[in-house]
This record gives sequence, C-alpha cells and structure tokens, in this order.
Amino acid sequence: MYPRQFDYVAPSSLEEALAALDANPGAKVLAGGMSLLPMMKMRLLSPEMVVDIGRIGGLGDITDNGDSISIGALVTHTEVSASGLVQEHGAALATAASWTGDRQVRNRGTCCGSMVHADVAADQPVAALALGATMVAASSGGTREIAAADFFVDTMMSALEPNEILTEVRIPKAGPGTASAYDKLGRRGGHTDYAVAGVAASVTRSNGSISAATVAVTGVGNRPVLAAGVADALVGSDGSDAAVEAAAAHATDGIDVLEDLYGSVGYKTHLAQVFAARAVKAALSAAG
Amino acid sequence: MQVSMSVNGRQVSGDVEPRTLLVHFLREDRGLTGTHVGCESSYCGACTVKMDGKAVLSCTMLAVQAEGADITTVEGLAENGELHPVQEGFWERHGLQCGFCTPGMIISAVTLLEENDNPSEEEIRRGIEGNLCRCTGYHNIVRAIEYAGAKMRGEEPAPAEWENA
Repeated sequence: MYPRQFDYVAPSSLEEALAALDANPGAKVLAGGMSLLPMMKMRLLSPEMVVDIGRIGGLGDITDNGDSISIGALVTHTEVSASGLVQEHGAALATAASWTGDRQVRNRGTCCGSMVHADVAADQPVAALALGATMVAASSGGTREIAAADFFVDTMMSALEPNEILTEVRIPKAGPGTASAYDKLGRRGGHTDYAVAGVAASVTRSNGSISAATVAVTGVGNRPVLAAGVADALVGSDGSDAAVEAAAAHATDGIDVLEDLYGSVGYKTHLAQVFAARAVKAALSAAG
Repeated sequence: MQVSMSVNGRQVSGDVEPRTLLVHFLREDRGLTGTHVGCESSYCGACTVKMDGKAVLSCTMLAVQAEGADITTVEGLAENGELHPVQEGFWERHGLQCGFCTPGMIISAVTLLEENDNPSEEEIRRGIEGNLCRCTGYHNIVRAIEYAGAKMRGEEPAPAEWENA
C-alpha cells in the first residue's frame, strides 16, 4: 500500500517548517508517523505536502521548567513512559504512553502526535486532561497556549490550526499530596490496543480529605473528555472506597456515550464507572 | 529524491519517491527480501527492522525518514556464517513454522535482549507484543528467546522441554 504522491520537505528549523505550512495549506506535519502514515496508506488522507519535522533540533527533549515539565514534539511514547520526570509528575501519562500501541509503535510515535491525532479512544489525551496539561502551539505568528480541556474539540479534531505545530505538552508539577493514575480495558484485552474505555485521574489529598480532583474518560464518547461529575463528587470526600465508588458512578454524566464495534452504550458506561473507580483508587494510593 | 543510509553495516543510497516506504526500499531497491510485508497497517510486525538500535516498523516509515540512519535487517545478523544467538535459538527451540513472522520476530527479540539481557517470560511476551505469529502460539518463540538470552549471557541454555519428556 503506497500513499498517493506528495511533496516532501524536511526542514532543519521550526521557522522553515512553519513557513512551509503557511505556503502550503494542504500540508500535514509528520513526526513519528504512526497515525499519519497509516491514514495516508489507506488513502483516508492524501496531503499535497508532508512537512517532516523529524530533523528539527531541540524538539526531542523532556525538560524541567521549575514549576512544570515540557514534552517536546519529537519525544516518543517509549521516552515518555521511561522518563523519571513524567513518572513523578504525570504518572497517568507515563502509564498511558507505556500502553500505547506496541513496542515498535512506541519507538516511533510521539506524545504530541497522539494529542494532535485526537483519537476518540487514545490513551494519552485523557492523561493530559486529567493532569491539567497545557498545549503549546507554534505558528509563524508566534506561540499560543491552549488548555487541554479546550484542545480536544471533536472526533479526531483538535484546536490546532492547519498552520500550527504542537511543539510542547506542558504538565504542571505535582505538588505534595497530588498523584495521578490511568487504567483501561484495551480492545484486545488487558491493556493492549486502543481503549474500549479508559479513565485518567489526578487527585490531591490534604488533611484527610480530597481537596482537588480531575478525571477524564476515553473511548466512550466522540472525544477524550473530562468527567466533571466524578471530580465534583470526590472533592470534599474522605477518599474511602465507598466514596470513590459513589463518585465513579458519575463517570459518564453529561457525556454522550456512543456505541461502537467494541461495546454497547450500557457496556461502555459500566466500564467507564469501573475504570473511574480503579484509576481514582490508584491515584489516591500513590498520593499517600 | 536521493536517500542514503547504512544497511547491515554498508553505506547505501538510492533514488526514491517521497512516498516510497522503507520496507520497499529495502526489498525492491536493495534486494533484501528477508524483511516481510504483512498487514501493512502497523499491527503485525513482520516488517520490523532495527533502526539506530530500536525496533521499528519499516512499512510505516518513509525511506526518506531513514536518511542517515543505521538499519539492520535479518540478513545483517549472522556474522562470518555464524547465526546470531537469536537465530540459533529459533532453530534449536523450533521457534517457527511457516516463517512469515520470523524475520520481524527475530529483530524484535534481538533489540529486546540488547535492552534487557535477562528478561522474564512476561517481559519477553511483552517485548514481542508487536509481532503476530499465526502458527506457533508463541510458546516456542518465548523458549527460543530464552535460549538466545542464555547464550548471550554466556550461560548454558536450559534443555529443550521435549528432552525432559
């Protein structure tokens, strides 16, 4: 299977890449290619130009900014899952990255690419939501920051404009008593493949009760989405198993659950509740 | 477009279309047909090659993305006519039947053992999660990789299960 013909450029600087996007409105950005190339091979997508950002220096690092950490555009799933910084401040994302695709896919695919692809059942976007991540988008006009909560717009549609490149996923550092976790059922069982349903949760425990919580659900609706009902029910509770299970019952409140090949509305709703409870319990356990 | 890379230790170059996939460059331009084209949708792992030390899918990469890279295919594993320990393991522990998945499976196993020279059975099974085999049920593949791991650590491999039967 060959993609349709396209023009290819591999600029060595971000400025050149952004100029190429401005000059070619039909262009697509190639990083790891684990989502873009299969779509091009299946001819679901036939861009006139591919702008390969793989040769641009400075985009392949996970950096410590003091109060946050940044994951650059070329950082792979393998690197995210192995990063001590991500494990410490965004365990949900490290876990989600370790369950993305398979070993070969994780060696090439990028965290930023997963965000931009915005698959309805992907692992990492919900981790970004739960962690309160900020997406940093560059264009020739400058950079702008987009809250993860505003980034996932619809099925396979992010807030990124065609002339922008997501250069960075920025995660606030986890303060005392804060921890996160991700759990899912994969389409091929266990944690393998896209999520039939999955939940990422970040919680803060202080003085014996939960003072803050952010929970997000993947695989059940038209996009990775916040589960505000769970978070609202958790905050102020004592974090006991009974409280967590009661909160988890709100996993799909306000979410239009969609049936697909992998499950009915009822099954997906049930799974979202089960994994909401598991993810919150794991996060609470890590928060100490 | 001109593309050049190291393949099995030799510097090679060729003239390719941007859409030429690495696997087609290797098979058709270089004649290295050991790397197989399987599902073509990033699931089966038959096209796995080693690029700069890591297992990657050569059917889901443009040849031009491998510009300047160091590629190893299954043809590049044996040295001076001597099989790589992983190849020897697949032979000794019957790690293949039809052989279609074998080149990709072997490359995955080689990179796995390079990253972790004493993997547990679970780590081996996780390490080859991106390689599908429709014949063996994986059992003998795991034994083959255990055999290779022992050899690479300079240890005597455990006897084959059928020798204890």
